[in-house]
Amino acid sequence: MSDAPAPTPPSSESASPRPGAPPSGDAPGSSAVSGSGHARPPRTLEPILQVRHLTTRFRTDRGLVTAVDDVSFDVKPGETLGIVGESGCGKTVTSKSIMRLLPDHVTRYGEASEILYRGRNLLKAGQREMRQVRGNGIAMIFQEPMTSLNPVFTVGWQLEEALKYHTSLGRRDRRRRAIEMLKLVEIPNPEQRIDEYPHQLSGGMRQRVMIAIALCCEPDILIADEPTTALDVTIQAQILDLMNQLKERLDTAIILITHDLGVVAQVCDRVQVMYAGRVIESGDVMEIFHRPRHPYTTALLESIPKRGARQHGARLPTIPGIVPSLWELPEGCRFQERCPYKQQACVDEEPELVTDPDGHARRCHFPLNMPADLTVGGTS
Amino acid sequence: MSLLEVRDLVKHFPVRGGVLNRVVGKVHAVNGVSFDISRGETVGIVGESGCGKSTLGKCLIRLHEPTSGSIRYDGREITGLSHQAMMDVRRKMQIIFQDPYSSLNPRLTIRALLAEAIRFHGVVPPAEIDDYIMELTRTVGLRPDAADKFPHEFSGGQRQRIGIARALSVKPEFIIADEPVSALDVSIQAQVLNLMMDLKEQFGLTLMFISHDLKVVEHFCDRVLVMYLGHVVEELPTDDLHGRAKHPYTRALLGANPIDDPRDRRPLTVLRGDVPSPFNPPIGCPFQTRCPRVHDRCREAMPPLIALEANGRTEQVACYAVEQDLAAGRTPGEAAEVAAEAAAGRD
Repeated sequence: MSDAPAPTPPSSESASPRPGAPPSGDAPGSSAVSGSGHARPPRTLEPILQVRHLTTRFRTDRGLVTAVDDVSFDVKPGETLGIVGESGCGKTVTSKSIMRLLPDHVTRYGEASEILYRGRNLLKAGQREMRQVRGNGIAMIFQEPMTSLNPVFTVGWQLEEALKYHTSLGRRDRRRRAIEMLKLVEIPNPEQRIDEYPHQLSGGMRQRVMIAIALCCEPDILIADEPTTALDVTIQAQILDLMNQLKERLDTAIILITHDLGVVAQVCDRVQVMYAGRVIESGDVMEIFHRPRHPYTTALLESIPKRGARQHGARLPTIPGIVPSLWELPEGCRFQERCPYKQQACVDEEPELVTDPDGHARRCHFPLNMPADLTVGGTS
Repeated sequence: MSLLEVRDLVKHFPVRGGVLNRVVGKVHAVNGVSFDISRGETVGIVGESGCGKSTLGKCLIRLHEPTSGSIRYDGREITGLSHQAMMDVRRKMQIIFQDPYSSLNPRLTIRALLAEAIRFHGVVPPAEIDDYIMELTRTVGLRPDAADKFPHEFSGGQRQRIGIARALSVKPEFIIADEPVSALDVSIQAQVLNLMMDLKEQFGLTLMFISHDLKVVEHFCDRVLVMYLGHVVEELPTDDLHGRAKHPYTRALLGANPIDDPRDRRPLTVLRGDVPSPFNPPIGCPFQTRCPRVHDRCREAMPPLIALEANGRTEQVACYAVEQDLAAGRTPGEAAEVAAEAAAGRD
């Protein structure tokens, strides 16, 4: 096992078309993308998910707080969108809003907010309808595999539960399919592991089981919320590799929420940077990493230690101060307190999210690294 | 002379079970670790969860009692010291923990928290304690009014500054930092790392920096020890990490670390096989279950650490495959290239 030379591509048997998918679910378009390359040609497919003006507020003891403020984005099949930001920036609330996993009695969505999946606005969907979408259309992997698996049921029971609700498979077929899925995520001895309880598995294996559950109904969209943060780097490599393979094979759209910029650089096609509930920049991964236009993105990238660039005693560039509290947001730009380029305009007025002619969007009056052929438009 | 000399340090934790709660086995957390740290050096300990790096840190200041082995601090053996005598040593050796929240007493103000250790060790005369605390909070970059607040009023980064202030309060020479920035956001991580660098220079500290994050260790440390399942498998100067690492595990760690540049996309090194349980480690090399270069000999005995001298720098590695490369006449540099190729040799 240890000297197995190469990760074998997932066996063809497990790549069977979705078994007994409900009538609504068209099999995702199989694209002719070969297995190994990361770079993919730009796609012209219709977005599978459209988030429009998503605003999520919570009722708290201290009053209404806006955790996500007017966030819009699209995700296309086979695309990986990275959502990046520090704790409290609203990235997890965004994903839980899409899945409608926030408690209804304290959550308020904005008037204009829409989450469109296959033409349906999920924010208006009932519980029954959401249950159809979850797992089947949109699946989610959470940060803590330890707490998102039920400790009193076996791994197999939890995998088969998803199949029971979302497919028409019989009991035997469900078990066979569950074992197939465990094999797909490279759990050793799946026939034996399927009858084990979560506590009998290691952290990496639990996360792989979570992925197996998320993928067993072959969802159109996979939302991965810090899927590897709790894992070791060698295990992280396994999980990322697995997610990449599945994307290639099934054309799954992936929304990857993370604070790890290395992971983003390696797997994402597009990136959206969030700060204090707002999208402050979004664009192609190359542009974001090499010509970031928002001072926050720039500073964030500079503050990570660079590989092989060590100079003895050299200090890291830092972002002074801390993220503002959502209860005490400043009047103008939310980043103003920490921004080295702050001017009077930043205090007076919060910049709009402006999309430059090349499709890159930034929420800044004085963007950096603007390509010479673009005129700075939209700053008031 | 080395400030700290650790020889064959072993820590086993008993595992109890059964009706009678008998000891049914033991977890081999640290399994014969030896190393030196010189005054003024910053040494990184890297490895993944369960490799024994935190246990090692705690053994050094005897928060865990080592099972066997020797720890000499400034020439003095500290493993057998009485509780009282150990207190004196702890004034010189301090530890900073990963989770700055659970390591601060929530019922004490920052002033009370800091004063406790200062008074206990008699660092300054009682009349000067208040001034000293003010100076400390300023040193770690907290606002002066911080002293009268409680830990819950601070953000994660600020709490870690308090943890650092507490460690500094007794004027130590040697600080063990156990994942001090792992729980912090990227922008805050950089602030705390810079603070630690400033303090190291200002007070001439010697540091042992325990982390799972190679990028941080690379930035911060002079020398790295790589641990796997209770063993040190490789040791080398940080500058040589990428160029000269030879152990298959170190290579896998390097190859699995995503590079933060989308232009430099490459398949991450993916290890097959599972991490063995420290409760029941395999005979021989602990990495054998996942090693791409494993052969029969690895299943028979743990390879010894062999020391290599190159350009006046010492590196150590414990691997039969590397030993073979060297025996075949390869230079350490060439052996590192072979190891890098073997690690990337997938697909």
